[in-house]
Amino acid sequence: MSQSDFILETRALTKVFGGLVANSEVTIGFRERQAHAVIGPNGAGKSTFVNLLTGHLTPSGGQVLLKGANIAGFPAHKVSRLGIGRSYQKTNVFPSFTCFENTRLAAQSRLATSMRFFRPACSYKAVSEQAGCALEAAGLGSKASRMAGALSYGEQRQLEIAMVLATAPEILVLDEPLAGMGKEESEKMVGLLKGLARDYTLILVEHDMDAVFAIAEVLSVMVNGTLLESGPLEQVRASRAVQDAYLGDGAEAY
Amino acid sequence: MISTSVPKRLAILLLAVLTVLALFPVWGKLVFAAKFAFLMQKLTGIMILAILAMSLDLLVGMAGLVSLGHAAFFGLGGYMLAMLSPQYEAANLWLVLPAAVATSALAATVVGFLSIRSSGIYFIMVTLAFGQMGFYFFNDSKAAGGSDGAYVHVKPAVEAFGVTLLDLDQKLTFFYVALGAMVAVYAFLKVLLASPFGRVVSAIGVNENRVQGLGFNPRAYKLAAFVIAGGVAGLAGVLATTQYGFVSPASLGWHQSAHVLVMVILGGMGTLFGPVLGAFILELAHFAFESMTDHWLLPMGALIIAIVLLLPKGVAGLLLQWGKDKEDAT
Repeated sequence: MSQSDFILETRALTKVFGGLVANSEVTIGFRERQAHAVIGPNGAGKSTFVNLLTGHLTPSGGQVLLKGANIAGFPAHKVSRLGIGRSYQKTNVFPSFTCFENTRLAAQSRLATSMRFFRPACSYKAVSEQAGCALEAAGLGSKASRMAGALSYGEQRQLEIAMVLATAPEILVLDEPLAGMGKEESEKMVGLLKGLARDYTLILVEHDMDAVFAIAEVLSVMVNGTLLESGPLEQVRASRAVQDAYLGDGAEAY
Repeated sequence: MISTSVPKRLAILLLAVLTVLALFPVWGKLVFAAKFAFLMQKLTGIMILAILAMSLDLLVGMAGLVSLGHAAFFGLGGYMLAMLSPQYEAANLWLVLPAAVATSALAATVVGFLSIRSSGIYFIMVTLAFGQMGFYFFNDSKAAGGSDGAYVHVKPAVEAFGVTLLDLDQKLTFFYVALGAMVAVYAFLKVLLASPFGRVVSAIGVNENRVQGLGFNPRAYKLAAFVIAGGVAGLAGVLATTQYGFVSPASLGWHQSAHVLVMVILGGMGTLFGPVLGAFILELAHFAFESMTDHWLLPMGALIIAIVLLLPKGVAGLLLQWGKDKEDAT
């Protein structure tokens, strides 16, 4: 197989739940350090796609290639260790841990093993540093000792991102990072994501069109489990098929 | 639920209670006179059960693994002591204790490996089944005394270079051995929970899927927790069998497992000190009601229902709330 110019790509990726085809032969390529958004109406199979990419679901068919190597069917913890970090649509922080403990747990996953039983977790310097940096990067540096459960919703979403960053990934897969956010919180998050797009390969699954257009360079549109269109932002936006299927009939202005 | 630190006021209160307990051999003799010997034995037994309850808390309260077969490792530890002890001589504690703990841990490795792939109610049923297998294994094996159980006629010797360090036959000595073991197990589990391993296990109890997403293999960590808990249960089993000089198949059965689970839940899951309190409350209430009436199960049931209804997070939950309130106020 020739070395492709994609850092991560899917080939004919398919997932079937009983009689329901959630993803049908989805072939998308993600380039290094490019912000790539995947959009689509509800039920288009975006979440399934994210779960297949990150090992939370096992594909029924097709391949997921990370730098040319097939990782389809790898369990989620292996995928994470290969450098694909993901955030969750539903806030998934540990409420009874402080912010710092949340990111420290995430950073700890980069130790060769966490089967270390006696030395306190807080004495691992490199881990703590990495955890602190991730909190800073996500704009939560001042909230380190707050309980995660006591944060505002927007801050919890930021912590969600911080935890992914703490695992030192190469590729970020963010599942609706703006879900449920107010306008002000959204703006803050968009600013954060724009910054991340410079340093990471960003795969963004999002509903918020303004955010997508502000952050992404490449856009893929999914409908009914299939890939409808994929390409540079402007090209996809101009596509007739996409406008009909998803963006509306063109009467709405963006 | 997963609080690693105990508020200061609460820590002081718990230390005070521990001190009162440690001094029981002094004041108990004056207060209880006739019943003193019996109470010494009772308290020693409770402290051993508290060790078992803490080991179960590592599974139920931390890793989110509700096991209904945990007593199997307790009973197995006890049986190992009985089987390894010569009939009319003292066994060497430095040999039989590690052997018994290792056997319990090994059994937990096998049972854990097979049961951890399931979760929730299925995990409960699988561990229940394994526990009952252990019960019937000893109940039906002639070599281990069958349903009559097995005896340890001479308590294990604690010696170094031929000098006897502790005489476990002495009730007072054994009381402090049990107390020391209880405190040591608490400290061990506390250190364990603060370690990278403990952090991962605590997080698994909250959200296993997310822990996996962060790059940890949850099964490996749950299995390790299961093995450690099994080993500690084995230690409790050795102590219990040493105390009574006897171990019966019932100590492996589901009844015993459920009894300890109730201690953990009443005391407060995931707090370590809660299950210790649970052991004391449950056992002392049992003793008190039993000495008052033949129908002691009735008030006992009422007490359990009352605690579950009024204190959903157990006695420890109430105490933690109290500790925090005081801390906020100052």
